[in-house]
Amino acid sequence: MIKAILIFNNHGKPRLSKFYEHYSEDTEQQIIRETFHLVSKRDENVCNFLEGGMLIGGSENKLIYRHYATLYFVFCVDSSESELGILDLIQVFVETLDKCFENVCELDLIFHVDKVHNILAEMVMGGMVLETNMNEIITQVDAQNKMEKSEVRL
Amino acid sequence: MPAVSKGDGMRGLAVFISDIRNCKSKEAEIKRINKELANIRSKFKGDKALDGYSKKKYVCKLLFIFLLGHDIDFGHMEAVNLLSSNKYTEKQIGYLFISVLVNSNSDLISLINNAIKNDLSSRNPTFMNLALHCIANVGSREMAEAFAAEVPRILVAGDTMDSVKQSAALCLLRLNRTSPDLVLMGEWTARVVHLLNDQHLGVVTAATSLITTLAQKSPEDFKTSVSLAVARLSRIVSSASTDLQDYTYYFVAAPWLSVKLLRLLQCYPPPEDGAIRGRLTECLETILNKAQEPPKSKKVQHSNAKNAVLFEAISLIIHHDSEPTLLVRACNQLGQFLQHRETNLRYLALESMCTLASSEFSHEAVKTHIETVINALKSERDVSVRQRAVDLLYAMCDRSNAKQIVAEMLSYLETADYSIREEIVLKVAILAEKYAVDYTWYVDTILNLIRFAGDYVSDEVWYRVIQIVINRDEVQGYAAKTVFEALQAPACHENLVKVGGYILGEFGNLIAGDSRSSPLIQFDLLHSKFHLCSVPTRALLLSAYIKFINLFPEVKGTIQEVLRSDSQLRNADVELQQRAVEYLRLSSIASTDILATVLEEMPPFPERESSILAKLKRKKGPGNLHPDLDENRKERSANGGTADHSSTTSNAKSSPLSFVGDLLAPASTAPPTNRPRPVSSSYLLQAPLTPIPLQASAVPVLLSAGPLFQVAASPTPSTDLLGLGSTITTQNSAPPASKGTSLLVDVFSENIAAFPVETPVAVGPVADENFSRFVCKNNGVLYENQLLQIGLKSEFRQNLGRMYVFFGNKTSTQFMNFAASVVCQDTLQAQLNVHAKPADPTVDGGAQLQQILNIECMSDFVDAPVLNIQFRYGGTLQNVAVKLPITLNKFFQPTEMTSQDFFQRWKQLGAPQQEVQKIFKAKHSMDTEVTKAKIMGFGAALLDGVDPNPSNFVGAGVIHTKTTQVGCLLRLEPNTQAQMYRLTLRTSRDTVSQRLCDLLSEQF
Repeated sequence: MIKAILIFNNHGKPRLSKFYEHYSEDTEQQIIRETFHLVSKRDENVCNFLEGGMLIGGSENKLIYRHYATLYFVFCVDSSESELGILDLIQVFVETLDKCFENVCELDLIFHVDKVHNILAEMVMGGMVLETNMNEIITQVDAQNKMEKSEVRL
Repeated sequence: MPAVSKGDGMRGLAVFISDIRNCKSKEAEIKRINKELANIRSKFKGDKALDGYSKKKYVCKLLFIFLLGHDIDFGHMEAVNLLSSNKYTEKQIGYLFISVLVNSNSDLISLINNAIKNDLSSRNPTFMNLALHCIANVGSREMAEAFAAEVPRILVAGDTMDSVKQSAALCLLRLNRTSPDLVLMGEWTARVVHLLNDQHLGVVTAATSLITTLAQKSPEDFKTSVSLAVARLSRIVSSASTDLQDYTYYFVAAPWLSVKLLRLLQCYPPPEDGAIRGRLTECLETILNKAQEPPKSKKVQHSNAKNAVLFEAISLIIHHDSEPTLLVRACNQLGQFLQHRETNLRYLALESMCTLASSEFSHEAVKTHIETVINALKSERDVSVRQRAVDLLYAMCDRSNAKQIVAEMLSYLETADYSIREEIVLKVAILAEKYAVDYTWYVDTILNLIRFAGDYVSDEVWYRVIQIVINRDEVQGYAAKTVFEALQAPACHENLVKVGGYILGEFGNLIAGDSRSSPLIQFDLLHSKFHLCSVPTRALLLSAYIKFINLFPEVKGTIQEVLRSDSQLRNADVELQQRAVEYLRLSSIASTDILATVLEEMPPFPERESSILAKLKRKKGPGNLHPDLDENRKERSANGGTADHSSTTSNAKSSPLSFVGDLLAPASTAPPTNRPRPVSSSYLLQAPLTPIPLQASAVPVLLSAGPLFQVAASPTPSTDLLGLGSTITTQNSAPPASKGTSLLVDVFSENIAAFPVETPVAVGPVADENFSRFVCKNNGVLYENQLLQIGLKSEFRQNLGRMYVFFGNKTSTQFMNFAASVVCQDTLQAQLNVHAKPADPTVDGGAQLQQILNIECMSDFVDAPVLNIQFRYGGTLQNVAVKLPITLNKFFQPTEMTSQDFFQRWKQLGAPQQEVQKIFKAKHSMDTEVTKAKIMGFGAALLDGVDPNPSNFVGAGVIHTKTTQVGCLLRLEPNTQAQMYRLTLRTSRDTVSQRLCDLLSEQF
């Protein structure tokens, strides 16, 4: 199960946080900071997996992350997930964002936080992978946009 | 066209975010946020109805503020109102707000539930999906109560859209996680399993996740999923990469689904049906073959996806652990990955190999990669990978390669990352002990550990080396010589000083013949470290000095001089002052004979579980341990009994970690006394320092604080160097001070010395030969040797029991100082109360002594208490320890029930952790009547005519403990042809199932 999905930039500013288990708001912020601390000190070209921080379950959980330009995408998962599978899921997520926002960048995540949540919701639900097929995800997102547009026109 | 055009953002939101980003200080940011919060609040509260666009804008602002780590304590009501809007935009933003900001115990849940209910019945797939997402994200109990019945219906309904099915499957999974009792699959099971055949691969992926979780809980119900999963997997694996269209990811066919299916199959043993099994083997072979094919793309995504499937296939092969050819192929494949240029693959290969190493088929194959793994330890740049390499070396270690692995780990330790040093130290210590053939090697290894990573050597490690040196004569001289040399280093770690002080104090005489290590040189060497050490170490050194006075009378003057100095006698630390005063006095008054007796060499320690292992387990969880080690642990703890007094040690410390802290624990930790005692003696007893052998009882009062020796003669703290449960013997017959005994025992058990005090007698192994005979009966002879026979008669009712123990003196001579006590070790203390009524201290020749034990079961337990008997026969002290057959099943009350009731309850207890099953070979003839008698003797009601197969036996009963009652069902299926039994236990508590199964399976 995916416990949390975190996106933050190179300075540790959170850009998206989605927890699939309940933590207090304080703890959530601490987890973000702790995770940033663990991930950001790692060199490039080391492996993409490491043991989770103490706050999110320690060695029971793994952090699986990718670093794209200014952003870290971190998935915190338990032992029931395939590490490489999650790594690919991150890739699908980023590619989908890229398609939806055309050359996605950090600012898109900041200014369209609702959209990012919607796209993520099409992929992961309650901590489980819902859909991995990018075309399917984009079809859903497009359909929602159309509905929004039609409502605006009304 | 991009799905989100850049122009349609909300201007107000953009301005706000830019403002925040332009804030120069945290204060400015908070000020700006508070301003915005006030603004939104007033807008929400205002009279004017907000349009959808504004609501959305404000909710987005709140989300942004929340993401920055600020509390949002309003807006929830507005969000709930948005849910009932007919507009998608408003509804969607309402759900978003709720899934990010509402936690599961919000008081708005009932309102939210209402909105969800409407959306679920709307037949609008978009709204249904929003509602299902919301349930899955919040997942509260109220939601489960409201929708646990509805969601499965949506999932299996014929007209549900694919995307809704996907959401419904995962929604159900979430509800099952949070409130398993509310999600009853029953009638849906077959149709859910059938989703594995769905046309839409997204539906199959979601359903596979759901089924995997459900199958872990009730494997029997979802057994049919195995064949469907194999069929599905086989179709994917053998498909051309274009067949699955959108579900082909970088030329790999449906990698996520394949991974999920392989995970599902890991819930089950290899399929029994030969055809399915063959098909699965074929799949696994194909996956292994594909790994050798040239890649279809150079992109990392292609190899990632392909390898994700491959690693999962290897996990399944390891899980099945049944096909030697596949296992060896898996091992070879992992071997290739060990040298792969992708760090991720090296990491995963090391991790998977760790599990492979414990399979008997592949252990040898794993070992062939030792050089590569060692190389990884030395050259990997990534600490995560190096850590996996350490784990793997530990897992692949056996007698043949222990020296090499330990040496490599030691040399790595010098440069190892701080974060993993302690763990490496523990692992090295365990391996060195486990595979030591030659104990000089062991001693060298531990001393090197201290030298290279002294700060990371926990107390358990140095306690252990001392224990082993004391117990093994052949290594004592070598150890003394080695520590003496190690102490020569100008700067040595304090842990080395501790080990050195202890060992030289005991065995310094073995090297004193060499003029280079004469007594005086030894003493000077130790004393040169004294002032640099902490108080506990100094206390230990003082004890070493008094031992020197005994070993080497020629240095007595020098040492007395040291003890007499103001820095000792008037030391501000009460513990040090106490020791200095006592030792000085002891050395001045006592005759050589008395000194020799008092300061005698330590007797061997009882063998017990290595506390190092316990510590590693605490650090890592049991999963990461080598299975052999676990077994060893079991054996040891079974023999681990030592003398104790159960009623007086109930509050003794349970954690070895508190050991050092206890060293100087204040008197307040002692329980209330029933008799006032002189202050001075209590002080002396607390100071856990004076090695007092039993013979001291013959010594007249030595010091003004007289009671010390009288009392100390009877309660003798044994050497709890390992800290695993304190071990105390009492002698009821001890002369005048016996009344104070229990108190004093406690004082000792609270304050066990770093310099342990001697036990009066070596405690032998605990006899348990007849133990299992008493599992199904209550009376008989428990133990017999040339002198003594122990018989038992016992009765149990509910959680209480009474046991009559008969001690028969087989000789014609009287047993003197006879004392028997019952010890509940470790966790057992809290689980079982055994109160022994006092018995006579003498047993005449040929006579029998009866002692009554009252037993109360507090909670379910595994270990058995130990009965320790001491007596004096002729001139020698006899010591017998026997495992008392008080087993969990004694607290059974049989329950009669009908076949229908039985199977209904059987089903209710279907969770995997509730069931324990064992298949084993018959050890006795498979006689039906005998079996029946055994089951009844075990305590359960034998239910006739319940099992459709008349040759099977089923039983039922309730285990009574003080805290709970645990219903137990059992089923024994004999297979007379194969001379095997299958025993299945189902109870509401996993520990009970396990224990009962272990106990009963030994009986047939």
